[in-house]
Amino acid sequence: MPGKLKVKIVAGRHLPVMDRASDLTDAFVEVKFGNTTFKTDVYLKSLNPQWNSEWFKFEVDDEDLQDEPLQITVLDHDTYSANDAIGKVYIDIDPLLYSEAATVISGWFPIYDTIHGIRGEINVVVKVDLFNDLNRFRQSSCGVKFFCTTSIPKCYRAVVIHGFVEELVVNEDPEYQWIDRIRTPRASNEARQRLISLMSGELQRKIGLKVLEMRGNAVVGYLQCFDLEGESGLVVRAIGTACTLDKLSSPAAFLPACNSPSKEMKESPLVHPPSHGCRSTHNSPIHTATGSRLTQNFSVSVPTLIYTGTGSGSAGKEGGPLKALLRQQTQSALEQREFPFLTLTAFPPGLLVHVGGVVSARSVKLLDRIHNPAFVGIMGNTRSYKLLDWNSFNSDEPETRDAWWAEIRQEIKSHAKALGCHAVVGYSESTSICEEVCILSASGTAAVLNPRFLQEGTVEGSLEQRIEENLPVGCGFCHIPYDELNMPFPAHLTYCYNCRKQKVPDVLFTTIDLPTDAVVVGKGCLIQARLCRLKKKAQAEANATAISNLLPFMEYEVHTQLMNKLKLKGMNALFGLRIQITVGENMLMGLASATGVYLAALPTPGGIQIAGKTPNDGSYEQHISHMQKKINDTIAKNKELYEINPPEVSEEIIGSPIPEPRQRSRLLRSQSESSDEVTELDLSHGKKDAFVLEIDDADAMEDVHSLLTDVPPPSGFYSCNTEIMPGINNWTSEIQMFTSVRVVRLSSLNLTNQALNKNFNGLCENLLKSLYFKLRSMTPCCLCHVNFTVSLPEDELIQVTVTAVAITFDKNQALQTTKAHAEKSLQRASADNEEMLQFPLELCSDSLPSHAFPAAKEHLESASSNSGTPAAQRAVTVEKASPMGDGNFRNRSAPPCASSTVGVVKMTPLSFIPGAKITKYLGIINMFFIRETTSLREEGGVSGFLHAFIAEVFAMVRAHVAALGGNAVVSYIMKQCVFMENPSKNQAQCLINVSGDAVVFVRESDLEVMSAQQPAVNCQPSCTGEVTT
Amino acid sequence: MTSELDIFVGNTTLIDEDVYRLWLDGYSVNDAVALRVRSGILEQTGATAGVLQSDTMDHYRTFHMLERLLHAPPKLLHQLIFQIPPSRQALLIERYYTFDEAFVREVLGKKLSKGTKKDLDDISTKTGITLKSCRRQFDNFKRVFKVVEEMRGSLVDNIQQHFLLSDRLARDYAAIVFFANNRFETGKKKLQYLSFGDFAFCAELMIQNWTLGAVDSQMDDMDVDLDKEFLQDLKELKVLVADKDLLDLHKSLVCTVLRGKLSVFSEMETNFKNLSRGLVNVAAKLTHNKDVRDLFVDLVEKFVEPCRSDHWPLSDVRLFLTQYSVSVHSLDGFRHQVLWDRYMGTLRGCLLRLYHD
Repeated sequence: MPGKLKVKIVAGRHLPVMDRASDLTDAFVEVKFGNTTFKTDVYLKSLNPQWNSEWFKFEVDDEDLQDEPLQITVLDHDTYSANDAIGKVYIDIDPLLYSEAATVISGWFPIYDTIHGIRGEINVVVKVDLFNDLNRFRQSSCGVKFFCTTSIPKCYRAVVIHGFVEELVVNEDPEYQWIDRIRTPRASNEARQRLISLMSGELQRKIGLKVLEMRGNAVVGYLQCFDLEGESGLVVRAIGTACTLDKLSSPAAFLPACNSPSKEMKESPLVHPPSHGCRSTHNSPIHTATGSRLTQNFSVSVPTLIYTGTGSGSAGKEGGPLKALLRQQTQSALEQREFPFLTLTAFPPGLLVHVGGVVSARSVKLLDRIHNPAFVGIMGNTRSYKLLDWNSFNSDEPETRDAWWAEIRQEIKSHAKALGCHAVVGYSESTSICEEVCILSASGTAAVLNPRFLQEGTVEGSLEQRIEENLPVGCGFCHIPYDELNMPFPAHLTYCYNCRKQKVPDVLFTTIDLPTDAVVVGKGCLIQARLCRLKKKAQAEANATAISNLLPFMEYEVHTQLMNKLKLKGMNALFGLRIQITVGENMLMGLASATGVYLAALPTPGGIQIAGKTPNDGSYEQHISHMQKKINDTIAKNKELYEINPPEVSEEIIGSPIPEPRQRSRLLRSQSESSDEVTELDLSHGKKDAFVLEIDDADAMEDVHSLLTDVPPPSGFYSCNTEIMPGINNWTSEIQMFTSVRVVRLSSLNLTNQALNKNFNGLCENLLKSLYFKLRSMTPCCLCHVNFTVSLPEDELIQVTVTAVAITFDKNQALQTTKAHAEKSLQRASADNEEMLQFPLELCSDSLPSHAFPAAKEHLESASSNSGTPAAQRAVTVEKASPMGDGNFRNRSAPPCASSTVGVVKMTPLSFIPGAKITKYLGIINMFFIRETTSLREEGGVSGFLHAFIAEVFAMVRAHVAALGGNAVVSYIMKQCVFMENPSKNQAQCLINVSGDAVVFVRESDLEVMSAQQPAVNCQPSCTGEVTT
Repeated sequence: MTSELDIFVGNTTLIDEDVYRLWLDGYSVNDAVALRVRSGILEQTGATAGVLQSDTMDHYRTFHMLERLLHAPPKLLHQLIFQIPPSRQALLIERYYTFDEAFVREVLGKKLSKGTKKDLDDISTKTGITLKSCRRQFDNFKRVFKVVEEMRGSLVDNIQQHFLLSDRLARDYAAIVFFANNRFETGKKKLQYLSFGDFAFCAELMIQNWTLGAVDSQMDDMDVDLDKEFLQDLKELKVLVADKDLLDLHKSLVCTVLRGKLSVFSEMETNFKNLSRGLVNVAAKLTHNKDVRDLFVDLVEKFVEPCRSDHWPLSDVRLFLTQYSVSVHSLDGFRHQVLWDRYMGTLRGCLLRLYHD
């Protein structure tokens, strides 16, 4: 009996007119939790009722507290007929269940109706009294903190990173139940919203239990997704990284653990024999299905995946045996777990030792209908949506889904092993469903991790070692983790351009964020590969087989495109790579996004060579040479644009960075069966390879053209899909998060692949152009965390959804900032938990373009003291310097909204807010909304409908955050935006699922002002921070 | 490949001032796009026409959604759906309620009823302002009128409080409401030379001195209706022209002081009685609603036009009116000095403003 939930309904405002005669409303409120319902009095004839109710008290299990949402329904009282519902508010009370998060939820919530949208607001106060639960066999996991952020949250430090947690729950989708035929759309939508809310709660609780089992206290990088499988049901699944986090109460006292290989390691330097040869591989084993429900299951390690080698910071001085030792240690820590995966994309300093490359696996499954008589039987019951224990009740459904995912994860694990890595980081899972076919995808980055973080009790010991540490900075992670004499796949290795001691691959692909200590030359940019493939319409097994057959080709082509575009940009590494394959009725779409950068540790990429196939034709030759010139020009232009001027390297060591036509590798376009592809990839012998594109048909020509049609962003704009943009560090505080959705109808029926590709390319490019145009007033600015999602809602419809944040930066301030804060950055603990905000050090290459490269280490040391420190970083420094105690206290005491206007709530997909310091995490926001209309035209057509709905979703997220006492959402993500229309019936429906972390932040300028004016201990509240924009 | 759906939603609502202006001016999306193209924006930004079209549509949709809130500006401040910085909110409101000079001159003093709305078509044709814009402006007038019509307290304050307008714009609306309520005729041909500013100036003086609010600040409708009692009393001023001795005395007092000071002295001297009769008769007639409506026509006919035909410079008009008002204090037989000052003080201000070409 561990909890008492208390709810007070204060007032309403802006209610809709429910009584036409009086133009007024007689409103009352029902407050429901679990099976208990309370009602307020009817407040007669007002659009701004003041109920000022008593405290409604619910005595409930903490299990229910975690699962159930608080449901508030506003109704219009009607004496003669049934009361009309005005709308509802669902409040997730989870944030009240952990001691450090919010203590009260209080504020104005939009009253939401799935048919009418937002209809006024209601002021509610919610509190929870939790009793200590001594029951050892409890089912709840109250107290486990959840974070969407895929790095260690700012005001915490990781004591132990326990590893991967996952769970899924399955239910029948109310939309597809028999009862749906007789109930109203509103009732159906509400049933669905409530069910998903319940399922999310249950899922979170179950994951929490797993975390407690692992002796952790938090889940970081929590990603929850819904699979709307239609007839076959509704799956809610989640993955995350279990951690033990410590709140940083006095940040200055915190000395983080770092990667520090033991002394013995350093004493045994290893000399690697030089090796040459650039080889790329493509193994795409197609496994035939096992098990009854799955038809086809294949997993690929396409060149993309393995293209990349990786190395470790410490590897430079490691001996072979010690490397093995290190691996062993980690393995022992990790391999106790089934899957050594981390959903993190940024890591505490020292955790990430080597990066091996991207690993991914996909599998095509056939969905089966859940037959569940037991469920239908209890439909009339009020608790019908209370989740049943599926394991006991019926259907092996969760097990089936679990098995599917387990299979894929196993695949990923073995890929990582092949790369000499024992762990996978930046791990994520996704699905694409069309009718009864489902593609499950998983991807991540194979890596070698420092075991210290993965075992309890070892962190402390590493503290003193930190000082002795003497690693090559900024290139360690690039060094290959695998044994070069026994490489899992052919790759072209050279000595690291930074430390000259270890081998690095020529190209590195990863799914993680750019490590903060990475040395980068110039700026980065968003790189996308886009691809469509037509597919015959087919049913069931035949369909699945067709898709399975297409997948390897798509993977391969996506990879080729990425590689070509990367070379065209003159860059050599991809971060944040995300490849999405979407399945539709008659086509497959592939969209890969990543941020390209030039890593100083990796060799200069060669150019692109075009080779014609019919050398006899003179005009053809001319055409080819013309194209070649265009490509060369583009590369040169891009190098200038992204300020890529790597320091010249002396020839005798590495060789000329300029591509030499003689030394070319030939990458043939494969047009044959996938299984033979490995042999088709020619291996190069040269040291520096130009990438050769052979133009043998119109297709290839088209591809080359499309390469060149990608227009760089207009001046003043940069874009990336990672958290931060390499090369920009002087962010100002102006941010604009946005979502843009486009749906296009493909015109002709007999489309070709090329036409499709062109359309799709045009769609994405136009979308980007529109964004640049719309945000032109913010320049100079950078679009960060650009997240594209493609779906194929109908036969000829393509939907692209983009969410990103535009952040302005100050072009001129960089140097001043640098000077002003040089001292502070010196004081800064070199490796605190703010590593996400540490911008790479290559900035100095802007100011000192001709620095001497071989002096890398000294140079870097000086760089770390005088290169610009990002604004947020400075905030931290100041906060640490000023002994003013806990920032939260100040925030709590300051009202979030001083004037009559609504307090500003910022939203961002990033884990930080530029120019501000996050002082408190208030809990996870995970909301699911359905909106439906039967008057599409009247609401401004599909655009008007969706525009209003997305604006409403933002509003509801902001309202919940504000009610928790927060002023921002970080790591915000729109996980799903499913839009369906039926214009002929004047109807449309949309489902949106969003999540993020509610936080309190304090503006850095306020902190600075305070520390300047009040150097002594002073706890005066600062209210300006959270009020200003 | 056609775009079925194309939207952009920012956490902070993007407001493009130029597009807002085009929307307020009532241009269709296509016309707005064409106008934007003509402004050279494509060259400046390197955007394509398609991008511009999509951008314009987006903004139009946003404005359309905001319009409902703009009808009751305090709602815009309290709503949760659109996160808009306060300065932008103020801009949205101010621009939405800003009106065109040409339009307001057509509607000023007319009853803000449906019947007039039908005339909007004609106004649109006549002024070149789009019908859509005319409707918005007319609806704004009507909305403000309905809200403040029967309210206590200062008209300007009420408008400011309920519509969150700037002081200047609130004053303009006060004038519009005042004119609409009293139905002053402003459309006659001989009044065409007057600007809205001229009328607004007069309205403000009249509100300050001639309404109920001028004497009692607690009355309903205090700033909207003229003080009936005052208008009744104005009949008493008739004696100034009816009593021949008084009129002569008044004239001689004025002439004595002004001799040599006016360039149009002789004209003034000849016309004195006519002018005085005109001004006093206007006052005496104000008991009838019909004559109240014709106030400005009468002032122009009886005073402005005669003076103008004799080419009085403005300085002479000012000197004359001042002396004309002040001299009455020296008329021993005249007992309504306070009434005279309340009338003439305002009228003098109005006449000086109305006296131009």
